[in-house]
Amino acid sequence: MENIIVVKNLVKVFKKIKAVDKLSFVVKKGEIFAFLGPNGAGKTTTIKMLTTLLMPTSGKIKINGFDPTKDKHNIRKSIGIVFQDPSLDDELTAYENMEFHGILYNVPKELRKKRIEELLKYVELWDRKDSLVKTFSGGMKRRLEIARGLLHHPKIFFLDEPTLGLDPQTRNHIWSYIKELNKKENITIFFTTHYMDEAAQVADRIGIIDKGKIIQEGSLQDILKKTKKKNLEEAFLALTGHQIREEEAGPNQLFRLRHNFRSRH
Amino acid sequence: MNAIYILWLRQIKRYLRSKTRIIGSLGQPILFLVALGYGLGPTFAKAGQGNYLEFIAPGVVSMSILTTAVFSGIEIVWDRQFGFLKETLVAPISRWQIMLGRTLGGATTAVFQGLIVLLLSMIFGFRIETFLLIPQMLFFMILIALLFTALGSAIASVIEDMQGFQLIMNFLVMPLFFLSGALFPLPKTGILRTIATFNPLSYGVDGLRGTITGVFNFGIAPDFLVLSIVTIFLISIGSYLFSKIQI
Repeated sequence: MENIIVVKNLVKVFKKIKAVDKLSFVVKKGEIFAFLGPNGAGKTTTIKMLTTLLMPTSGKIKINGFDPTKDKHNIRKSIGIVFQDPSLDDELTAYENMEFHGILYNVPKELRKKRIEELLKYVELWDRKDSLVKTFSGGMKRRLEIARGLLHHPKIFFLDEPTLGLDPQTRNHIWSYIKELNKKENITIFFTTHYMDEAAQVADRIGIIDKGKIIQEGSLQDILKKTKKKNLEEAFLALTGHQIREEEAGPNQLFRLRHNFRSRH
Repeated sequence: MNAIYILWLRQIKRYLRSKTRIIGSLGQPILFLVALGYGLGPTFAKAGQGNYLEFIAPGVVSMSILTTAVFSGIEIVWDRQFGFLKETLVAPISRWQIMLGRTLGGATTAVFQGLIVLLLSMIFGFRIETFLLIPQMLFFMILIALLFTALGSAIASVIEDMQGFQLIMNFLVMPLFFLSGALFPLPKTGILRTIATFNPLSYGVDGLRGTITGVFNFGIAPDFLVLSIVTIFLISIGSYLFSKIQI
């Protein structure tokens, strides 16, 4: 099977702090890949680089055959993303958010209408389609974002902690939909999560990242065999340690972190 | 084309839905019209300068366009903070299209706000000679709106949070307004005149007021040229800065 995501020696440095350090991995076409790691391991930074939002300091990335430093446009066409934090317009309705997305991604009108209805019905928001998003609960917003990310039928779907803060019902619902989509449309899924059971159930392959590096990679069985543990959670803790991590910092927060660090020492 | 349209439409919808903001931002212009228009009116007339309300109405209209425009440009910072910016940044459309759509949207709302203030000033007694002047007035209002929305967007592309907001209000919007000849006739020479020459709003106020009164400070052609050149320049700079945004 061809590799749809190729990452080689990827490095991202924020003001001398290495968020991603010579990261290398591949994801095959049609695969469900779980990208796991403790807070601050470099997951979100990596996703931002894979999705053209952040430029790498060095290293190589190929997404669907394209290089994000040169061919952003073609990558943007091939991917769908659900970000870690909300990215909806609260002042627009659910339908308007979908329509905005559909037009930006150039989905023809008739098809757009059909898909919006299909997707909103699937995530059970069709009867709320004309409500402003600011009236939605966290779970409803998540569902809407997932529906929106799929509207243009991406080749690769990135999900950064898509089920964070959702109840088990909604989580199951969302995953069964994503799995179905993966089978039916052969969409490659790349996701991060802190729920180990979720990763164990859904993923074909798992990569564990810590301090900006992949420290273990393979199928669930591979990882359990290599770490000699009974389940993924134990394996994860054995690999990354029990220590609690600082929250992941973007370029803005980094300054604050360093500032706090200095004033404390 | 469609992308520009939907970005424009989003700005319009957001504007029309924020009724409190529309009404709230009428407070200041009304205050200027009443306090200055009526308050300084007699003094202005005694100094032989004519009807002050007539004089400041175009200035106050320009001010309301200026503030609405700058702040709709700056909405990019809101979008950044509330996450929506990412949605536009990962979309497969060119950055100048995003910039143009937003700028056109912001400018439309600013012109609309200007028209409301124009109507209000007419309630307070402001008159234009003939309604045939309206197209040319509208033309200058659109130019002012485009220029300052582009300016706001350019600034918003480089500031990262709302901390900078107050700074912009006090050190950009207010000086632009007070040093533009919106409130008083610009002297023919001197430091104030020099400063006003470098203030793009001066040309907007002059174009609008000149259209109504027939008396221009800089002349209609310079007004038009300066406003359009600066607008094109700011949109280009803004698109460039916007394309450099990393999240």
